[in-house]
Parts: sequence; C-alpha cells; structure tokens
Amino acid sequence: MSMDDLFSDAARQLLSDQCTPQQVRAIESGGSPQAMWSFLEDAGFADALVPEAQGGAGLSLAQVFDVLELCGSYALPVPLAETMLARALLVHSGVQRPAKSCALAQGQRTADGGLLCDMVRLGRVADSVLVASDAGWHVLPVADAKSIPSAFCLDASLQWTAEQLVAAARVDVQLAGKCDIRTLQACLYAAQLSGALSAVFQRTLQYANDRNQFGRPIGKFQAIQHQLAVMSEHVFAARMAAQLGCSGDGVVPERLRVAVAKARASEAALVVAEFSHSIHGAIGFTEEYDLQLFTRRLHAWRQAAGTESYWHSVAGAYLVDQHQGLALDLIRQTTDLHSSNET
Amino acid sequence: MSTLNSLNLTSIPAEDEALRAEVRAFLSEAVREMPAHVRARSWGGYDAQFSRELGRRGWLGITLPKEYGGASRSPFARYVLVEEFLNFGAPVGSHWIADRQSGPLILKYGTEAQKQYYLPQICRGEAFFCIGMSEPNAGSDLASVKSRAVPNEKGFVLNGQKIWTTNAQHCHFMIALVRTSGETADRQKGLSQVIVDLSLPGITVRPITDLSGDSHFCEVFFDNVQLPPDAMIGQEGGGWEQVTAELAFERSGPERLFSSIVLFDEWLAFVRTEAGHTPEAVRLAGKVFTQLAPLRAMSVAVQEKLTRGESPIVEAALVKDLGTSVEQMIPAVIADDLFSRDSESVPLELLLTLNYVTEVAPSFSLRGGTRDILRGMIARGLGLR
Repeated sequence: MSMDDLFSDAARQLLSDQCTPQQVRAIESGGSPQAMWSFLEDAGFADALVPEAQGGAGLSLAQVFDVLELCGSYALPVPLAETMLARALLVHSGVQRPAKSCALAQGQRTADGGLLCDMVRLGRVADSVLVASDAGWHVLPVADAKSIPSAFCLDASLQWTAEQLVAAARVDVQLAGKCDIRTLQACLYAAQLSGALSAVFQRTLQYANDRNQFGRPIGKFQAIQHQLAVMSEHVFAARMAAQLGCSGDGVVPERLRVAVAKARASEAALVVAEFSHSIHGAIGFTEEYDLQLFTRRLHAWRQAAGTESYWHSVAGAYLVDQHQGLALDLIRQTTDLHSSNET
Repeated sequence: MSTLNSLNLTSIPAEDEALRAEVRAFLSEAVREMPAHVRARSWGGYDAQFSRELGRRGWLGITLPKEYGGASRSPFARYVLVEEFLNFGAPVGSHWIADRQSGPLILKYGTEAQKQYYLPQICRGEAFFCIGMSEPNAGSDLASVKSRAVPNEKGFVLNGQKIWTTNAQHCHFMIALVRTSGETADRQKGLSQVIVDLSLPGITVRPITDLSGDSHFCEVFFDNVQLPPDAMIGQEGGGWEQVTAELAFERSGPERLFSSIVLFDEWLAFVRTEAGHTPEAVRLAGKVFTQLAPLRAMSVAVQEKLTRGESPIVEAALVKDLGTSVEQMIPAVIADDLFSRDSESVPLELLLTLNYVTEVAPSFSLRGGTRDILRGMIARGLGLR
C-alpha cells in the first residue's frame, strides 16, 4: 500500500468518526469549528503538501486527491483543502506557515486603503486567509476582520483596515504558469465536488433499492434506473476530470486542466443534485435527512471559483486563441500525464 | 471500490505513442484532398484501396500475432492508430469491423486452421467482415434471433435474414449470430456464431438507403445456404457469451468520442478567423473541449483495463453513453452558434459538414447498443437490485 493510500485511509477513518452529519449541522448553525480542526491538525493532514524537510508529508496534489475528495464526501465544514495548499505555497515561498486553518481569497483594495474579500469560502470558520490582491499576497487573521455573513452559511465577506493590512507582513508567493488564486480554489472545489457527487449518488442508489412503492423497490422501475445511470455517468466523468485537475508532480495545478475539472464537475453538480432530489421525493427535501448537507454543497461549490461557463471560456481561449490544428492534440496534452500545456 | 471510482488516470505507453508521428505523416498526405464533409464519414466511409494501403503499412490487425500477419503490438498501439484515423476522418469503414472485432474474435475462439486462413487476409486488408446480429424481429432484443443453421452431411444449411448489416454489400465475410439448436423461446441458449462467405449461392444482399442518401447498411437473406463444417467459430451454443465478450471492446474506443470531431475541427478553424471569432463561440469551444477531455481520459483508462485482461463492461457502457451524447451535442450546438449570428456568411464546406453530421447523429446512440439498453445495463451493473 502506498503512502498516499495510507494517508487517505487514515483521513477516511478520522472523518467518519469526527465529521458526522450531526457535527456538520452543529458547525453550520454557528458552533465552533475548533475541536474538529484540532483532530485534523493533530493527525497531520494540514501539512500533507508541505515538504518533509519542513515537517510535512511531502505529498503532491495528485497524491492528496483522495483526501480532497473525502473532504467533499463528508461535507467537511472547515477549510482543510485550502489550508493544505496555503501552507505548501507559503513554505515554498520561505514563509512561516500560519497556525490553524487558512482559507484562500482574492481581495480588492478599498478607497481608504483597506482590503475587501467578497465571499470568502469557509471564511466564517477559518482562522486566517491567504489573500491575493493588487497589494500582493498577505496572510490576514479572520478575528481582526469585519465579517459579514454570506449566502452559504459557512462563507463570509471579510474586510481589513489599511492599518491592519500594513501590519500584516507581505508574503512573496510565486505561482507557476498562468495559475491564479481562483485556479487554485477551482482545483480544490472540483476534487471536493467529485467527493460530494459520489456521496449523493451512493445515497440515492441506496434509497432506490430500499424504498418500496407499488409493491417493489422504486429502483426496479426503468425510469428510475435510467436517471441513476445518467447520474452515474456524470459522477464518473466529473471524477476523471477532477483527477486531471490535480494531476502533476507538484502542488500548483495547471490552469487548462483545472478548467476541465471545474467545468465538468460543475455541470455534473447540477444534474446530480436535480436527479437525487427527484428520486428521493419529499423526504430528501427535509432538514433532518442528510441528503441536503451534500446537495446544498453541490450548488455552493458549483458557484465557487467560477461556474462551468467561466471555465468554458478559459478552456475555449486555450483551444481557439492559443492552439492551431487538431483539437485532439490539445485534448491529448491535457489528458496525457507526461504532457504539459504550460511550457 | 465501486465501478465509479475504479478508473484512474493513465497514459498511453510511450512505445505505442511513438506510432503517432508516422501514421500522422501518412494521413496528412492521404486525406489532404478530401473535403471535410466527406472526411466526416470516417468509419462510415468505404475505400478498399485505402484499407489495403494501411495493410501494406502494417497498420491492420496490429494486435494480432506476427505468425498470422499481425504485429503482436499492444491494444494501445491500435488505440493510437484509430484515434488518428478518426481525427483525420480517414475512410476506414472497409476494414473497420475486421480490424476491431472479427480478427480478435477469430484469434480467441477460432481453430488453428481458421486463424491461418482468415487472419493474414485481414492484416493485408483483403478480407472485410460485417457483423450479422440484428434481424427484423431481433433488434435490442438480440436473443430472439431466428436465423438458423441446421447441421447436414456437408456442414450446415443456413436460412433466415439479417438486417442493418453495415457494409454487407462490400464485405467478403459475415460473422453471424444464429440458432444452431433449441427454439426461439430458449433465448440465449442454442445460439452460435458462424462465418458466412458472402459469395456463396443463396445469399442476397440489398443495400438500404439512409436518410442522408448513403447506402452503408443492408438486408441480407439466406436461402438454403450450404455452409462448410468449419463455418462454426467457437463453441456450438457459445454464441451469446462470445458476442457479449466483444462488447467492451466495441463500446469504449475512440469511435465513441470522435464521430463529430471533423465537424468540430472544421468549425474551430472558422472560429479562429476574424469573421468567425466571437466570445460565445470561444465559450462553446471550451464547453465541448471540457467534455471531450475527461471522456478521452476515461476511454484510455478503460483501454488499460482491457489490456490487463479485465472485462470492464459497465465502464465501457458508461463511456459509450456519455461519449455519444457529446458526439450528438456537437452538431446541435454548432448549428445554434452559426445561426444565432447576425451574419449568415458561413463557409459552405462547414455547412455541408454540419448538415451531414446533423443528419447521421441519431445513429451514434443506436449502433453498438441503444442508449436505453446501455442505461439498463449500467443500472444493473451499479447494483440496482
């Protein structure tokens, strides 16, 4: 068994013990994320992408794909994926990694010299945020920020004053190729979408086998079987796309592969959420039934870091404006692990 | 591990990938004069001379053993060849079935004499095969075939009818699924595969014209056709099992992703011009691309399982259903793009290609198992009880 298999098995065990639907609900309704975070931190997951010389596990993005997927399939309500990547970027840049959890965000300068981050994903439960803006990269503590709740209950808009921004040290993060912070986030969300898609599919399959109507399981009806077949196709394709997004030896993904990953997973999210609710009927629509923990995330993560149309435009620009000849050749470069689009 | 996470990213081995440059150099020359709307036929295009040229170059039956005229290469070598043929729109219909499934079937189930007789001809592009499965009353319900081969002192006497047999009018041989024992009610039991020499007396082949005006599929009638004793391929009564084993090979290859690719490339060439370039078209190009790329990765991953001797039947069905959906989406969305513009000045060749692919697109999800049959298989394979 390889190092990354051991790692993902450990993550699965921990999440199944500590990230139960009850605990997800507790944090979503305002409970403290600190206990859950401590379990993850103590087990070493947050340093998975940090080089071994700096005390991490030294894994690549491809090697933590399973763990990222698990964050999605357990609806993990703390920014583990983001923290893993933020710490690796900071350590690679020679900066002390922040304690506790760290979200990612694009910021914009306000008229008075402060910094505003609209819609920080998991901004309500993160301890700090790695922000990219015109003023460079900064690690800013959430406790200092003015926080405004956002549409998804764990997200928030965060604002820091000019004084706070000056007090925070600027960090010198260098991203290879055409990667930007949205690309990083999209890569992580595609992998988490893949996990959530699987979770929704498995629950729906189980329900179709268990639920009896007209004297037999509803999964015996061809109409239901075909809906499940279509769901499975989307889950299957989204997972392959998400793996592409995380492929490569390093910790920084390649932008075109991320475009494929996030676009495909976002398209799948819409179909799978719709069919899962259709097959579950009214029970799937209740607060107490766990399906909603995942289908609400399918929609939130489809929106996070660019929907399918955003990434279609990005991929289309590669294909139309920067590529000549057969589309096959760009498809091959994107799917062949030995190739790179960013030489 | 479920079917859905059983596929992992994998790459085509370098030694097989190395074939690409050579075949591409040949194809760039060979199809240069062919217009896009003709190339769009690809594995529906028929050109016996072209197939024999591929045979001369050692590109037919490449996975078959050297002693039978093949090259003993891995299935990935064939994958690379086929991917290039389809993307260039090369007319590969003549040898398509022989190369894809009849050759491997004969290698797997044939007697030594059958292998020595048929396989070298397939590799030279001199023996073209068709598949005799469907009948007028046996379409999706294949097990209800009624054509029957009855043993006699000289071999078998074949009576019955096949339909929708692609390229039967041009082929030398048909591998037919027929009843050799029992009754129609016995379903899968008592079915066998026989190799039928289409030049034998008592065989009538009638081409059927499709809605685009092409005649690639046929009705084939058998009237007391005397087959020799060695016409049987594989076990008597083993026909159903043999036919299903072929399906994973048939359903996950590049031909389930790239049936509309000549149109897509032709449209991209227009979108790359100043007249054709719009933000909507760029976005659409990305929509198609982000669907095709994961599909190609899935198809390669299924191929890797096949190469290892596994039989990923559900995975292959998933790839085919998804792949043909994208193939059918391509002409629909390109038409919408071209005709939602203020200007109707679109290159004629692009329009002809669009028109052809639009007309034939329904067949993409019929051939090789209809969408509804595949979805039923997928559902059962996923564990619906």
